[in-house]
Amino acid sequence: MSQQMFDTLLGWAMTRPMFDLLLKGLWETIYMTAASGALSFVIGLPLALVLVTTDKGGIFQNLLVNRSLGWVVNALRSVPFIILLVAAIPLTRWLVGTAIGVTAAIVPLTLAAAPYYARVAEVSLREVDRALIDAARAMGATRMTILREVLVPEALPGLVSGFTVTMVTLIGASAMAGAVGAGGLGDIAIRYGHQRFETTIMVAVVVILIVMVSIMQWAGDALARRIDHRQG
Amino acid sequence: MAETDHQMDAGTGAATGADRPVVQLENVTRRFSDRPALDDISLQLGRGEIVGLIGRSGAGKSTLIRCLNGLDRPQGGRVVIDGTDISQLSEQALNPVRRRIGMIFQHFNLLSAKTVADNVALPLKIAGMPRPERMRRVMELLDLVGLADKAAAYPAQLSGGQKQRIGIARALAPKPLLLLSDEATSALDPETTQSILALLKDVNRQLDVTILMITHEMEVVRQIAHRVLVLDAGRIVEEGPVARVLASPQTETTRSLLRGLSPVLPGDLLALIRPQPGQGDQALIRVDVYGPDARRPLLAQIEAITGHPARLLHGGLNDVQGEPYGRLFLGLGSSDPAHVAAVAAQLKPQTTAIEVLGYVPANV
Repeated sequence: MSQQMFDTLLGWAMTRPMFDLLLKGLWETIYMTAASGALSFVIGLPLALVLVTTDKGGIFQNLLVNRSLGWVVNALRSVPFIILLVAAIPLTRWLVGTAIGVTAAIVPLTLAAAPYYARVAEVSLREVDRALIDAARAMGATRMTILREVLVPEALPGLVSGFTVTMVTLIGASAMAGAVGAGGLGDIAIRYGHQRFETTIMVAVVVILIVMVSIMQWAGDALARRIDHRQG
Repeated sequence: MAETDHQMDAGTGAATGADRPVVQLENVTRRFSDRPALDDISLQLGRGEIVGLIGRSGAGKSTLIRCLNGLDRPQGGRVVIDGTDISQLSEQALNPVRRRIGMIFQHFNLLSAKTVADNVALPLKIAGMPRPERMRRVMELLDLVGLADKAAAYPAQLSGGQKQRIGIARALAPKPLLLLSDEATSALDPETTQSILALLKDVNRQLDVTILMITHEMEVVRQIAHRVLVLDAGRIVEEGPVARVLASPQTETTRSLLRGLSPVLPGDLLALIRPQPGQGDQALIRVDVYGPDARRPLLAQIEAITGHPARLLHGGLNDVQGEPYGRLFLGLGSSDPAHVAAVAAQLKPQTTAIEVLGYVPANV
């Protein structure tokens, strides 16, 4: 952004360094949320599929797997995020090489969001009518075909809505990751807005977060509506 | 009856090819924790047959149909589909058999996320048919059910009858030798039911596919089935050609399923019936008729015996696949016991049932 443009648009509210700081924080937040969101989806959806299909009456019924996995997911979900941040440090160091910084924060964020999304997705998958699965079985579909052609596509609107909720939660959680030096908007809000009483920064961060969450929610709703053919 | 002789040659494996029954159940038993759902069921479906399986809800109809494609497993007995005993097969080994059995459902069970064309294509995709061939076959099928213009629509945009047509197209896609229909018309209005039944009849004729229709409506069986099996509490209590069963049901279950389909005396007439004849009374008889005999000049025959004009007080004829059958309530015009006995004796050979109900005034 040119200096002149900045002066006209935002000069009344903040200084240029302040703006650059916020911009950097915004990108860091987007990076953390997007990366951990993507990972949570890639890990959480299969977890949800396993949770649903190994349960009683599921197409891969295996109660031992189901109960064990359910227990792990519950355990992860019951750890407060701030504790998880610290507890995950050894794992983060092993995976990323360092426990400090934006990339490092992706590990605890994913650890928190993947089980969360697994549970949210599980609800949508369970809502798929059993009769549809029976219909596919009656056609001679293999179990993998049932997952691919029936379970996931039929649950997709719910899976998308659930993912939106997860992303919004991640935006909030990423702010806490500032505690391990992860940067991002949350970190700025704490260091500048809270600890130095810079009200302008605090207000700016909150406004940016509100806009981010709104855009996220709007895009998620729009996508879910677009792929939902359950009503004519 | 030929249908009951099958257990003899089944064990020897003599039946092959076209003579081989499409479905053969031998002493199939399925118990749920609280009650038996199927109790020693044996039956056989031949190629190109339409068989109605009728019973009240809870009689075991759905369990039986689910045993035919392995969605449910019997605890005892054999389920033989076109020569293959499927009762012991693993889920994987079952799949090739299932691909030769189409199924349609009361609530259609179409996939909401797929277009009509993709729904119909699914069984073909499962069978591994390449896409261009698949699309060609799908259009053929949509033509067959009269919905070629809906290929790109989603099921939610269709009416109930259209959804069931798509269900039928999907079931027929892999050219099955057996079509299972689980209350396929129960969620449809009478007019749509007619068109779906007509379509099934058509399909049966054109493709020589065996159809097993599960229903609780005798009307459905009357219109389409060649043969009917009556299921009650997990047992087949009656079995035979539809016309025969409709004309002279042998069990109380069948009779109660027929109620509403066969005429009953209206209340005012019923109130007039006396067990003993009074002055100026006439005997009231109920006659069940079936086949060519149903069209005999019954009233004239009676008049020739009694010398009094006989009257039709209630009832009428209906038809099952071209065969007339019906129930008639006749006033004999006379209450003379000798006349009544003579009428009963002479009409007996040409009726499936004849009963003296009592006496009503001659001028009703």
